[in-house]
Order: sequence, then structure tokens, then C-alpha cells
Amino acid sequence: MSLARLLFRELLRGPRTIDGPLADPLGIEQLGIALGERVRERLGRSLRIREVDAGSCNGCELEIQAVNGPVYDLERFGIQFVASPRHADVLLVTGPVSINMSEALLRTYVATPSPKWVVAMGDCAVDGGCFAGSYAVLGGVHHALPVDLTIPGCPPTPEKLLSGLLALLDVAAEGGPAAIR
Amino acid sequence: MLGNMTLMEYLSGGRAVAGHRPWPRYVLDERGWLDLIQQLTVCDWTLLGLWADGNEVNAALRDEENAAIAVVSLGCQDRRFPSLAEVRPAAARLERSIRDLFGLIPEGLADSRPWLDHGRWPLSTPLAIVRGVPPMGPVVYPFLPVEGESLHQIAVGPVHAGVIEPGHFRFTCAGETVVRLEERLGYTHKGVESHMAGKTLAEAARLAGRISGDSTVAYAIAFARAAEAATGTEAPPRAHWMRALMAELERLANHILDFGAICNDAAFSFMLAQCTVLREQILAANALCFGHRLLMDKVIPGGVCVDVTREGTVTLRGLVKELRKRTRRLGNLYDDMPSLQDRTVGTGILHAALAHRFGAGGVVGRAASQAGDARKVPGYPPYDDLDFEVPVHPEGDVNARIWQRLDEIQVSLGLVEQILERMPGGPLHKPIPTRGGEGMALVEGFRGDILMWLRLSEVGRVVRCHPRDPSWFQWPLLEAAIEGNIVADFPLCNKSFNCSYSGVDL
Ligand code: SF4
Repeated sequence: MSLARLLFRELLRGPRTIDGPLADPLGIEQLGIALGERVRERLGRSLRIREVDAGSCNGCELEIQAVNGPVYDLERFGIQFVASPRHADVLLVTGPVSINMSEALLRTYVATPSPKWVVAMGDCAVDGGCFAGSYAVLGGVHHALPVDLTIPGCPPTPEKLLSGLLALLDVAAEGGPAAIR
Repeated sequence: MLGNMTLMEYLSGGRAVAGHRPWPRYVLDERGWLDLIQQLTVCDWTLLGLWADGNEVNAALRDEENAAIAVVSLGCQDRRFPSLAEVRPAAARLERSIRDLFGLIPEGLADSRPWLDHGRWPLSTPLAIVRGVPPMGPVVYPFLPVEGESLHQIAVGPVHAGVIEPGHFRFTCAGETVVRLEERLGYTHKGVESHMAGKTLAEAARLAGRISGDSTVAYAIAFARAAEAATGTEAPPRAHWMRALMAELERLANHILDFGAICNDAAFSFMLAQCTVLREQILAANALCFGHRLLMDKVIPGGVCVDVTREGTVTLRGLVKELRKRTRRLGNLYDDMPSLQDRTVGTGILHAALAHRFGAGGVVGRAASQAGDARKVPGYPPYDDLDFEVPVHPEGDVNARIWQRLDEIQVSLGLVEQILERMPGGPLHKPIPTRGGEGMALVEGFRGDILMWLRLSEVGRVVRCHPRDPSWFQWPLLEAAIEGNIVADFPLCNKSFNCSYSGVDL
């Protein structure tokens, strides 16, 4: 099938939100809109996120990719993943912080301009998860960086990830420690 | 005694270890190990894995003539063992890891650099019987020297631009052309093997499912099968079929995403968007039918802990129909786009001979004429009861790896349909008796064959567990495949390999 026909079909079909037989009960759309308004209040129109894998099993990355895709479509709310920490407002860290990644994580944090927030995503990033106690991990992002928000789950679902970012904005809006760092 | 003989003939005179299942394990002395190295120069025996256990090193081999599998072991004298890397280059990184973790020295290994140990852990040789002293501090890793006129280096990582795992790539280039790529990994090392020791089967199974999260089902099956082998247990028939159902769903989700992501790395983002939608449908169906989007912790030693309901069957049948229609359409679209193929055809060629030398499996191997698939050889239930072909492509380029995935997607869709159609009734789980033993399993994940080796204590705890990800034998080949390509094609090549970082860093 030609690209033109496929594009035309998609156009007629409308956006690929996840209603239909596999609808999501939590209402991702609403969550996303609420998030967008707060983002705009706080940061104008946008929030930029730099993801750092600090030794994850790559399960968390899969769900980040899902949030980035057309079904959850984070970008329509002004939230975007960026390639460089120098362009980021938020570091989204996954994994129990393997000791071999700890310096790279720290350097990425230093390279991120203030104000900045650190989100620990996934059970591993929260407290080491099932890797806690190993000689090769720090056992949670808080051992390396000041953490503003934790999003537990193994891995957290895309809905949880979205609502987690919403909570981050609550903290930031109240002018908590995160806002002045 | 050099000459053409089968692996089993060769080992028949050796001392077999009791209680190693399902394949035999033979103990060799140093003379025997050196003879084996000689024998490996003339025989087509593939190295399936190489790991240490206390003061012993173990190598798993497969005879390509008759598919026989055996493990050979050597008790190290003076904490040294003769290196296999000269005759089986795939052994090199595994031996460097053994040196880092166990302090056993591979004699004759040309590469004396550490691999997993970056000099940062609070101790050295963490898995050795006597642990080493703390290291002196981070090692400055000496990359291989490259000499020549007007060469420059590009250092990338460990933090990459995209949402992917961390690793370092050192490119040496002449203008736009890559003269050499050297990988440096180990950044996600979590000490999995040491962390496994002493765990109960249930705890260890959870960990096994988190060695490489995208392959959680395949790893959980591999661990379960190794535990079942070690204890002489057979999971009930329905459990096998449920495992295969989830394994094929995992393969589909990954292959579809990879196909989209490769096209995206050639700047065709439309395909990634389409594939992400399809993948999301699979994950949503997983959550609905089995209660977890990635299917973590659903396969347990002794069986599975989920069943598929009648509604679930209907959902999955509908999903298969939809996926078949839409993946075919996307395949046709790819076939229809010369501008896209301009990037993929002839790019990142992996030669069949090299793939064979490294014993590469999975998409990477099969797209370079290597027909290996653990579902067929050695085979495990229920695949021996299912009707399916293993597609193979000969060209070894990015294009071949794309078609390999597209073909495997159709095969897996057929498998899911067959499984739903013919799933037997009965229990889902059988308790694992508390007893010691050694077990091994080979399971086909979406990247290729995962080897799992397990030794249990009499009270049923893990003494030693070694998981060998298929990427061990694919990462080194990426270095070869990129040679002579332009730097801008590296993401494309890398994505078409899609090796696991976490799976090999352990
Ligand atoms: S939280 Fe779970 S999914 Fe995420 S990195 Fe850890 S083990 Fe993997």
C-alpha cells in the first residue's frame, strides 16, 4: 500500500487514542490536559525531560517509549524528551544506580541548568528494587542526587508516569525546595 | 586424537557429573581442556556459553552436526585456565568477565583489559571464593590504538541522546567512514550473579525476569526450565502452552517496535508511530488478559501463575487478526519505499562466516544465514507440537534484519493462533520439590537463544546461576558490521542489531 493511501486512511480514522475495546479506564486524555495547564503556568509552554538509564533492566525505558508514542502522545501537552541535559528541566532517572553509572549520572545532573527536578522512576530507582543490597548498586537515586519525586512500579505504567509528572508540578508550584534548586 | 568425531564420542571417555540435567556435564583435567582446544580447531562445535563457578570454569558446547549439547568443566589450578578465545573468539568477553568477577585468569587471552569491572566497586573479584581487595579507583580504559593518516575519534556515551541503555562507543573515522568501532560496556552492571546466590527459587525467578526487561518472559522461562531440570520436575502441559503464548506475544511486541525504530533511525518516523500503536495494542491486551503489560513474573518455576480466560482468548484472536493485517500493510509500505531501502540495503553487512564463528543466534544470526533457533534445536515443549518454519535471510545487511523481523512476526502470529486453538486443559503449576541439583536451559527470546545454568543446594536455594544473553555473541559482530560504513548509519545498524546492555552487563 502506498504511503499516500496509508496517510489518507489515518487521516480519516482520526487520532489513535486508546479508546475502543482496549480502552484505558484512567482517562489519559484528562490527565494529560491537567498536566499541560500546570506546565504552562510554571514553565510557559513546555517541560523538557532528559532520561538517564542508571542501570535499569530496560523495562522502564519501554514504558517511557510508550508514553512518547502516539497513543499517550506526551508531546501534545508540551512535554518533550530531549537529547541533551543542557536543554532539560527534569532528569528522569531509572535503575538502581549502578556504581559504574554513578559518575555519568552525576555529570548529567551537573550539566542540567537550574531550576531542575529529579524524578526517580521505577522501584529500582526508588530504593534499589530487587537489586537492593548488591555490591554493584547504590540502591536508589537518592543516594546519588536529591530526588524530588518518586514514581514506583516495576515498571510504572504510562498512566502512573503521567500522573507522577503531575505530582512533580504540584511540588514545583508550591515553591518547595525543588523550585529554588 | 585429532579428527572428525562427534562431541559425544569425544567426551565419552570423560568423567560425567551426576545430577546435571538435561544435558551431561563432563569434568576435564587441564590436559583434557587443552586437547579440547585443539579439537575445537577442527570440529564444528559452537560455544553456547562460558562461565565460572567457584574455582571451576564451564563451557557449554553444541555439536552442529547432530545438535548434541554438553557442558565441560575444568577445575582451575593456581586460579588459571587455558583461554578458548583463540579458537572461539566469542569467548573473549566472557573470559574477561570471569577474570573480573572470579579472579580466574584466562591464560593466553590476548586482551588483558578488564570488561565489567570499571574499578569503581567497593571490592574486586566479587564472586571469587576469596574476594579481592578494593580497587585503586576508576580505571582509565585503554582503547585499542589506531594508526593512520587523518584519523579522528568520536566518543559517544555512556549517556546517549535517545531513551536507550547506557554504553560507550569509540569510533575511529577517516572522514565520514568508520575505520573501527570499539564498544565499552559494563555500565549497567548490577551484580546480578552474586545477588542470585542464596536466594529462594521464587526470589531468584523475579530477578531472572529483570536481567533484560524486554525479554522478561523468555528469561523467566529459561530460569524456570533450568530449575525444573535441576530438580527433575516437569511443568504441566498447559503451563508450557501458556508460556509459549506469552513468549510469542513478547516476541511480537519487540519485533514490531524494532521494525518501527529502525525505520525511524532512517528518518521515517511514520513507521515508528504506526508500530508504537500496534505494540501498545499488544501491551494493553497483555494487561487485560494477564495483568501485566510486559508479562513480568507470570512464568514461575513449576509452571505459570496466570490462565487465559475465554474473553482473553477472544481478545487475543482479535489482536492477531488486526496485527496480521496491519503488519503486512506496513511491510508492503517498506517494500514500496526505495528511498528508505536506499539507507538499509547493503548497510552494516554481517558476513555469514563471521556470524557462524561467533555462534550468533536470533535475528542477527538468522539474517546472515544462521538457522539456529532454540525453539527447534534443542527444542522444548510446546514447540515440538506446533507447526512453524524458521525464516532465514542470507544478505546480512540492515534490510535483511528488517525482513527477518517482518517474517518472524508472521510466524509468531501463526503460533499464537495455533496455541489459542489447541491449548490443552489441566493444571497450571506443579510444586518444585526441595532438592539440590544442576540444571540448564536454552530458550529462544526475541534476540536469540538465552542460556540459563543453575545449581541448587539441598535446601533448594540458588548456589550459582549464570544467565547468558544472546547479545554476548552479537555485540562483537556489530563492531565488524559497521566497519566501512558512514558514521551516520551507525544508529541504523545499532538498532537493527538491538543488543541488550543490561543482559550482558549483568
Ligand atoms: S523498576 Fe522494574 S522495570 Fe524498572 S528498571 Fe527496575 S526492574 Fe526494570
